[in-house]
Amino acid sequence: MATPVAIHAHAAPQGFIRKYIFSLDHKVIGIQYFFLALTAVWVGMFLSLLMRLHLVWPNAALPLVGEIKPETYLSLLTMHGTIMVFFVLTTAPQGGFGNYFLPIQIGAPDMAFPVLNMLSFWTTFVAFVTIIAAFFVTGGAPLHGWTGYAPLSALPSAGPGEQLGADLWITSIAIFCVASLMGALNFITTTLDLRAKGMTLMRMPLTVWSWFITAILGLLAFGVLLSAGILLLMDRNLGTSFYVPLVVVNGQIMGHKGGSPLLWQHLFWFFGHPEVYIAILPGMGVASQILSTFSRKPIFGYKAMVYAMLAIGFFGFMVWGHHMFMSGMSPYSAFAFSILTMCIGVPSAIKTFNWLGTMWKGHIRFQTPMLYAIGFVSLFVSGGLSGPFLAQPVLDIQLHDTYFVVGHFHLIMGVAAIFGMFAATYYWFPKMFGRMMNETWGRVHFFITLAGTYAIFMPMHYLGIAGGTRRYSQYTEVAYLQKLMPIHQFMTYAAIITMAAQFIFVINLFWSMFKGPKASDNPWEATTLEWTTTTPPPHDNFGGRTPVVNHGPYEYGVPGAPRDYVMQTDPATTPAH
Amino acid sequence: MGLALMAVIWVITLASTYFFVAKTWWLPAGAAEAAHFIDGQFALTFVLMGIVFLAAQLSLGYIVWRYQQKPSSPPVLYSHGNTKLEIIWTVLTTILFIGLNLMGGPVWASQRWDPAGAGAVQVEVTGMQFAWYFRYPGPDGKYGATSPKLMDPSAGGEAAVGLNTSDPASKDDVVTGTMYLPVDREVDISLRAVDVIHSFFVPSLRFKQDAVPGLNIHMHFKPTAIGEYEIACAELCGLGHYKMHGMVHVVSQEDFDKWLAAREAEKQ
Repeated sequence: MATPVAIHAHAAPQGFIRKYIFSLDHKVIGIQYFFLALTAVWVGMFLSLLMRLHLVWPNAALPLVGEIKPETYLSLLTMHGTIMVFFVLTTAPQGGFGNYFLPIQIGAPDMAFPVLNMLSFWTTFVAFVTIIAAFFVTGGAPLHGWTGYAPLSALPSAGPGEQLGADLWITSIAIFCVASLMGALNFITTTLDLRAKGMTLMRMPLTVWSWFITAILGLLAFGVLLSAGILLLMDRNLGTSFYVPLVVVNGQIMGHKGGSPLLWQHLFWFFGHPEVYIAILPGMGVASQILSTFSRKPIFGYKAMVYAMLAIGFFGFMVWGHHMFMSGMSPYSAFAFSILTMCIGVPSAIKTFNWLGTMWKGHIRFQTPMLYAIGFVSLFVSGGLSGPFLAQPVLDIQLHDTYFVVGHFHLIMGVAAIFGMFAATYYWFPKMFGRMMNETWGRVHFFITLAGTYAIFMPMHYLGIAGGTRRYSQYTEVAYLQKLMPIHQFMTYAAIITMAAQFIFVINLFWSMFKGPKASDNPWEATTLEWTTTTPPPHDNFGGRTPVVNHGPYEYGVPGAPRDYVMQTDPATTPAH
Repeated sequence: MGLALMAVIWVITLASTYFFVAKTWWLPAGAAEAAHFIDGQFALTFVLMGIVFLAAQLSLGYIVWRYQQKPSSPPVLYSHGNTKLEIIWTVLTTILFIGLNLMGGPVWASQRWDPAGAGAVQVEVTGMQFAWYFRYPGPDGKYGATSPKLMDPSAGGEAAVGLNTSDPASKDDVVTGTMYLPVDREVDISLRAVDVIHSFFVPSLRFKQDAVPGLNIHMHFKPTAIGEYEIACAELCGLGHYKMHGMVHVVSQEDFDKWLAAREAEKQ
């Protein structure tokens, strides 16, 4: 496909600003997204540290913020959730690694629309600045939770933080939606149009499939959230009543009537559930890629993996109502949502079986990326298996809005997705920065983080079963909740240790960037296209060459081949599938 | 490294499982009719998912230890998968998940599709920042009219829910801050919220339902054990969410009648 290359090629930029700030190069943009997410994850993690400390020592004055009032606690959890979901879980796997590696893995010189790509990053950046600003305005950040349920989120008088802070919160999300829509268009077009010769759909690495499907989900989901957010802004500022019926706040009749609080929930979760898969699908792709590479075996059931991801994407749009079993939605529809939710568990289970099948009878190499991929599988299983509890409306009666749910989604869309990002970072760091990360410290970081995250999030299930409600700033007012305090104390200690261990990662990251041993072009003996080019790749990715693909993505241990791996660009005469 | 990883995965798995099996922290004792079924379905789901959890994690640990690359390792199994196996585990998972789901259907339907039976105790539950109010219609069996214009949360009681005292049906309405219910009788509650969404959660009664402004949601349940049970708000409703607490007193029919009569007498 020589034509697209000629159309989309752009000259290597000169000058610092065009090269590193307003760059059109998807690799630079990928790294920009990566560092944005890295900044955001530290903010989000710091907020959760304050929350954990406050829960255990409710009256203690904490660094930077002093004593935490109930409304401050709710602001912390709102901002923690929003920053983590949007600016970490959506930004790093797709915007970061997807941007950097999707074009290279399909043999393209750049994204289909480089200018749009730059624009989507800088729009995301503006969204991030906007949400951070909410901390600093009068009244502070909003307290309505990351789900922003109306009427709480729609009424400035419903609580502190619900004034300008809430407007900034909605505006930030709306801007983020616009950025994500631009990114999604770019990813889809690039995957469909810019694949190198021989890169058929069924030869694409599973990472590319995961980014492609994630982009489709993003395109369909973010538009809905954008509209929902605009309607919410109108309810707040223009006197409309999309989400607010006649309500009386603190004795005052508000000027709304006829709106439906459930409408917001439907629109929000129509986005919100696919969002879960937007966060986790790229992790699935990376785990598949790494498990195959470091087991020196083809992925087990490549086609089943692709179909499973497509099924997850498809069903992902039909299950939003399972967040609303207790909402007052028609109890008849709960039945349908529940069955469909159980259906989505099936492709997830297929993926797990196939990951185990990939390692079975392989030659497992335990470098850090592989440790994180294995950790991903473990966390995915643990987080996934609490799903069938929550998917049953009768059990959800007890578990809805308790810590059981918090444990569930943190394990699967929080920590499993983060493990996917860690795996991706350790795996692709050599290609991105030309040097290797420290292996010993990588392993230390892995073991503390694995044990630590389990110690934080597994006890949440016990809390939830015992009726431990979430989003409570203190457990002093309800007698049965006071009895659960020992679990909270344990979780807080585990959180402090686990967060401290993240310094190991950051120090390793920055130290290795400058001082790590030089990386070869293909340090992991992997097969996909990014390992056929130089480290780091040149501006046009392949130095003027157009790769020709002759093999599937995961040809390891091929009998009769000269090495234990056959790269995708190896001559067609090399024996392989 | 393989051995260390296996050890860590196994220890995490077994330790996590221990606390579920030992029930160190567990569902509070059930005090409503639905508790028997809900707890049974919970236990069944727990056993099935527990088996899958143990099988998956323990085999993950075993595989990473068993297939660590060594100089003596035999060549890898060059395989792209096995369609028959894929079909088997797809079908098994589907049966497991859908089957579990269908089993829970009848109880959900009886609680939420069918209306309360005749003779159920009527209680209106109103949530507002940050209190619960309970209204009993009195001997006439009719709730008096309420009006948003009359709502005065600072006054509490009848004024908080905006009871229109000029409506004859309101004369015998009783509004309280604590819920009293007779044991072994169905309760027909209608749930309302005046400002934002709240959620009426009584863990011991296995009951939870959001109270939504603009909706009047009818639900029913039957308490089966005399006792005092805590209500916790389960939907983020603002800065006082954590203290939006209440009590349900489940008492004998006789005590309930006495209690209600005393409230009526106070009102006159």
